[in-house]
Amino acid sequence: MVKLASEAEAAFSSFYEEMRDKGAQRLRAAAWAAFSEFGLPNRRIESWHYTDLKTALSRPAPLAAASHGALSLPRAHDSLRLVTLDGVFRPDLFDIARLPDGVAIQSLRDALAEGELHVMSALASADIGAQDSMLALNAALMQDGVVIQITSGARIDRAIELVTFTSAEAAQSTYTRALVMLGEGAQATLIETLGALTAAPAQDNSALLLRLAPNARVDLVTHVSGGVDQSIRVASLLAHLDADATINSFALTEGDGLNRRQIFARLDGEKASAVFNGATLGRGRLHADTTLIVDHVKPNGQSREVFRNILDDQSVGVFQGKVIVRPGAQKTDGVMQSKALLLSDQATMNNKPELEIFADDVQCGHGATCGRLDKDQLFYLGARGLPRREAEALLIEGFANEAMETLEDEQLKAFLSERVSAWLSRRINR
Amino acid sequence: MLEIRNLHVSVGDRKILQGLTLSVKAGEVAAIMGPNGTGKSTLSYVISGREGYDITEGEVLLDGENILALEPHERAAKGVFLAFQYPVEIPGVATMTFLKAAMNAQRRARGEEELATPDFMKRVKDAAASLGVSQDMLRRPLNSGFSGGEKKRMDILQMALLQPKLGILDETDSGLDIDALRVVADGVNALRAPERAFVVITHYQRLLEYIKPDTVHVMAKGRIQRSGGPELALELEKHGYQEYLAEEAA
Repeated sequence: MVKLASEAEAAFSSFYEEMRDKGAQRLRAAAWAAFSEFGLPNRRIESWHYTDLKTALSRPAPLAAASHGALSLPRAHDSLRLVTLDGVFRPDLFDIARLPDGVAIQSLRDALAEGELHVMSALASADIGAQDSMLALNAALMQDGVVIQITSGARIDRAIELVTFTSAEAAQSTYTRALVMLGEGAQATLIETLGALTAAPAQDNSALLLRLAPNARVDLVTHVSGGVDQSIRVASLLAHLDADATINSFALTEGDGLNRRQIFARLDGEKASAVFNGATLGRGRLHADTTLIVDHVKPNGQSREVFRNILDDQSVGVFQGKVIVRPGAQKTDGVMQSKALLLSDQATMNNKPELEIFADDVQCGHGATCGRLDKDQLFYLGARGLPRREAEALLIEGFANEAMETLEDEQLKAFLSERVSAWLSRRINR
Repeated sequence: MLEIRNLHVSVGDRKILQGLTLSVKAGEVAAIMGPNGTGKSTLSYVISGREGYDITEGEVLLDGENILALEPHERAAKGVFLAFQYPVEIPGVATMTFLKAAMNAQRRARGEEELATPDFMKRVKDAAASLGVSQDMLRRPLNSGFSGGEKKRMDILQMALLQPKLGILDETDSGLDIDALRVVADGVNALRAPERAFVVITHYQRLLEYIKPDTVHVMAKGRIQRSGGPELALELEKHGYQEYLAEEAA
């Protein structure tokens, strides 16, 4: 076994000792070996250049041990809610009467105990994100979560909400993993809700794995909120798309602490189509990093990434996007755009869009901008009677809206717009 | 209604307005004509409160109150409306959201009740119909992807909804074809009223064939050089602005 250098890595080693025989031993062992080789990501690792996790995670909090509390989260949506609280899937918080036909659900713990081959191989997802040490750590230490299988052809009207929250009074670490597999032609709306109920500085490492069979479609909204300055959250999304599959996603990040959201997507069938949009509302000392890799493997794929970072106070935004077009992926159509709006002199944005194209007949573009509110627009709104702060709010809202244009679910759109308005009214009233 | 007295305005080291004096009564349509680069747009911006101008001397009175220290939105609430030469595009902001926010902000500032949605919708619908503003334009983000003519019509629609005391039209004819010009002029004429005044800034006499002014003022070198009736505009059309520029040089 590789000897781990730092105190932190020694702590992870003890976590691994605790988790290694809790199902999926071979998967955990391989992931642990990978993590041991990579170590905690430092700034010399290109994909982690703007987020110094090695320093932030120098003292890992104890592994979450129990989950008792209830969850009193306002319902954003008339959804089927599946709660993983303090690292444990809580069937008692789940209203089974709402379970639609065509959806099978089990806890990750049970799934690992059963060890069904196709579930285990989907959980391993060795083809994407294999080089990321935090994802490897997540696989090695996964405590619980949920596995959802949606039958071929099923169209699930009710949204399925995956709530992953912490409620402890003291600092703790959680490692959770959710897997959603959609059969051929299946369609579902997923809501991923990540946050904390308490002010304890949680260290959460979560992963959501999506596997879309041919012609399947997922609409996904992720909402990250809560936390305190010392919170650390790494949330990974792995999306694997077969032919004609579609993912249409949007993520809203707000709250406090260090947030890293990483997306690894592989468009592994012809005419697969992916939208990864997002907006960040930064205030205080929020550090919000979105790093994504969209890998086009087969021809005629399409991908869109539209990100808006709204950064106030001393908040820091990071966008690193890489679109890869493999040699066979002719006629790929890719557009990536990241814009940031700096609302204070101390706010920072780091933008790094990249294209790696190995096919000769593709249409790919990217753009990144960073600026302040436009004076001409502010004057125009002022001349129509809007006080300065209201005019700013309207422009900021409009800026965020540009990333939400692809959202189709009106209920979700309204929920997200409300979150943006709430953030803005706090800004107007302070 | 509008009294401008000895107004001096600079941008950086450049003196733009140099002792401009102008008086416009309620119910009056005053045309300001002048060559390019003489400070006509600066005048419209200074009245409506854009930042970036040093006002070194003089005052701008609206109904006897000096408005120069007020923010743009405060002037708007007091009834100043600027129809922009180039209305700005604001992507992401829905036109209807903006219209409602603007109307209600002004009503709040004047201590009036906010408009209920049905009342607001009816007002927009009525005004839009008479200005040829389509439902599609109202559904799009504000001015986004609009043609020059569409933007001008949207500005006049806002004026019709906000019912200002003083409307300032900055080169409203620029970029308009003859049909669009007629629609815009009809919109302005419909708003003419004894309690409302207009300042129509234009380079060409053409606009004044559609919006008949009561008074015409020739502006050159940062001040009003000559004032008269509508016949002055025709004279300018014939002889140009040379005379005023030459006088200055002498």
